[in-house]
Amino acid sequence: MGLLYGLIAVGLALIFGLMDVVNFAHGEFLMIAMYASFFLFAFFAIDPLLSAPLVAAALFVFGAVVYLLVVRFAMRAKANAGMVQIFSTFGLAIVMRGLAQFFFTPDYRSIPQSWLGGKTVSIAGIFLPEPQLIGALVSILAFAGLYFFINRTDFGRALEATREDPGAVALVGIDKNRVFALGWGLGAALVGLAGAIMAVFFYIYPDVGASFALIAYVTVALGGFGSVFGAFAGGIIVGLVEAVTALVLPPSLKSVGIYAVYLLVVFIRPRGLFGSM
Amino acid sequence: MDKNFAARRRRDLIIAAVLAGLAALAPLFIKDVYVQNILILTLMYAALSQSWNILSGYCGQISLGHALYFGIGAYTTELLFTKFGVLPWFGMLGGGVIAALIAMGLGYPFFRLRGHYFVIATIVIAEIGLLLFQNWEWAGAAMGITIPIRGDSWLKFQFLRTKLPYFYFALALCCLAWFVTWWLEDSKWGFWWRAVKDNPEAAESLGVVVFNSKMGAAAVSAFLVAIGGAFYAQFLAYIDPESVMGFQFSLLMALPAVLGGIGTLWGPVLGAAILIPMTELTRSYIGGSGRGVDLIVYGALIVAISLALPRGLVSLFSRAKPKGATR
Repeated sequence: MGLLYGLIAVGLALIFGLMDVVNFAHGEFLMIAMYASFFLFAFFAIDPLLSAPLVAAALFVFGAVVYLLVVRFAMRAKANAGMVQIFSTFGLAIVMRGLAQFFFTPDYRSIPQSWLGGKTVSIAGIFLPEPQLIGALVSILAFAGLYFFINRTDFGRALEATREDPGAVALVGIDKNRVFALGWGLGAALVGLAGAIMAVFFYIYPDVGASFALIAYVTVALGGFGSVFGAFAGGIIVGLVEAVTALVLPPSLKSVGIYAVYLLVVFIRPRGLFGSM
Repeated sequence: MDKNFAARRRRDLIIAAVLAGLAALAPLFIKDVYVQNILILTLMYAALSQSWNILSGYCGQISLGHALYFGIGAYTTELLFTKFGVLPWFGMLGGGVIAALIAMGLGYPFFRLRGHYFVIATIVIAEIGLLLFQNWEWAGAAMGITIPIRGDSWLKFQFLRTKLPYFYFALALCCLAWFVTWWLEDSKWGFWWRAVKDNPEAAESLGVVVFNSKMGAAAVSAFLVAIGGAFYAQFLAYIDPESVMGFQFSLLMALPAVLGGIGTLWGPVLGAAILIPMTELTRSYIGGSGRGVDLIVYGALIVAISLALPRGLVSLFSRAKPKGATR
């Protein structure tokens, strides 16, 4: 579970942490991805595991479009940039929920059977549900890929440089909007991947994103803004803390543990565990 | 410039008095209960947003967890009333004081945090409050509290047959929040807050105790929001954790101030006057289908306003006037 949180969070870490843009519609990106995965299954009987790359690609386009249509202008705001970002993406989230309700109705949906659903594997006597296992595997790969991408490629460097100083970057011939649009696309593609896997074992409904979005923010902040590794570590910590809290406290209180740990961490380290900002 | 400032403040006060007077007369002409309901909510959100604006607008500490104080106001009042028979008026004050104390207690560790870390911390603490109340059996858990109706009385602040007393209370609260803001704007606190918002290091070097001024803003802001919470609880006669402490509420409280103009005297009132009727009308006229069209319209408007007017709706007014008068 922790690795799945990590996977949702890593897309956000890219947008929120590396580009320093608040995205309050992240949960809705996840929701869209889950629906995409559901409909691919319902109409074309494509298993979520196979359709995951398709969903990720669709979300990539979607994320880039959202950046070009909305976020680009929010970042240009001369006054109250932070608030403009929060509320324009929040407004966007409301629109997306409304659209989902309009087109998909508020009904709960689920993918009844898939290659992975309900199966378990036994590793050294411990039974693990297969979807979660695949989810964990995918998220480790995604993290490794992203880490490599940010730290080892020109694009990653361009991204970081653009955040640091858009003016200087323009001087050396990097188009800020192109870099950030790609960044948003990538962030959305990662959450698309998460959504495709989660569609297998969670109900899908228009408000599903909200419950995961807050955990994702906390995960990113816990790990520290500006750090991909931090988001990964944050995800694992959040998953562990949730599991432990669920043992000690009633299940309805399991998130309290996560929140408490976040507060504790930032009181001691105001920049999160591995944050650079 | 000093003279202009004083003149502007006098003008603001006169405008406010006229608006409040007009609002007080409104029920004479508006008999429709549905419209009265919208007016009450508008005034309440204006008051809440004005209070939120003190901490987040003037002092620049963006809080998205004010639902916590709202809920504390509501719960203190109703728990004292239903369990111990304490009159809501005392509960209201008690709730305000408790909320202010909690705000200061939280401020102690919180105000060390900056930027996103602070915002997320405020969201998280309100969320913890929400979960605790949802699981607190004595306080009704997730079922909430239904306030026993014992007939119309000012003493118990509940009215079945008319909404007018609620209207006047909401108006009074809105005026109070506005007046407190107006008064603080020109006090040393007001100047400290703006200094802290613009540049905490510079403020500190000039002798502003940054930490204390943040604490002051948090306490005033929380107190007023909790009074609003107590009012809301009496108005609805029913509360549950999600409806008074949910994250949505924190955003709804901030929204009028942000759209109207964050950190300005008139922003919250203006924002609420436009946003709340719009919300209610879209909900009742096109929301009936249950297909989310109201959400689409509402969300799109928020995106449009926040992108088009980053300084809020008040910037429309100040641009129309000569520069000297607005400075």
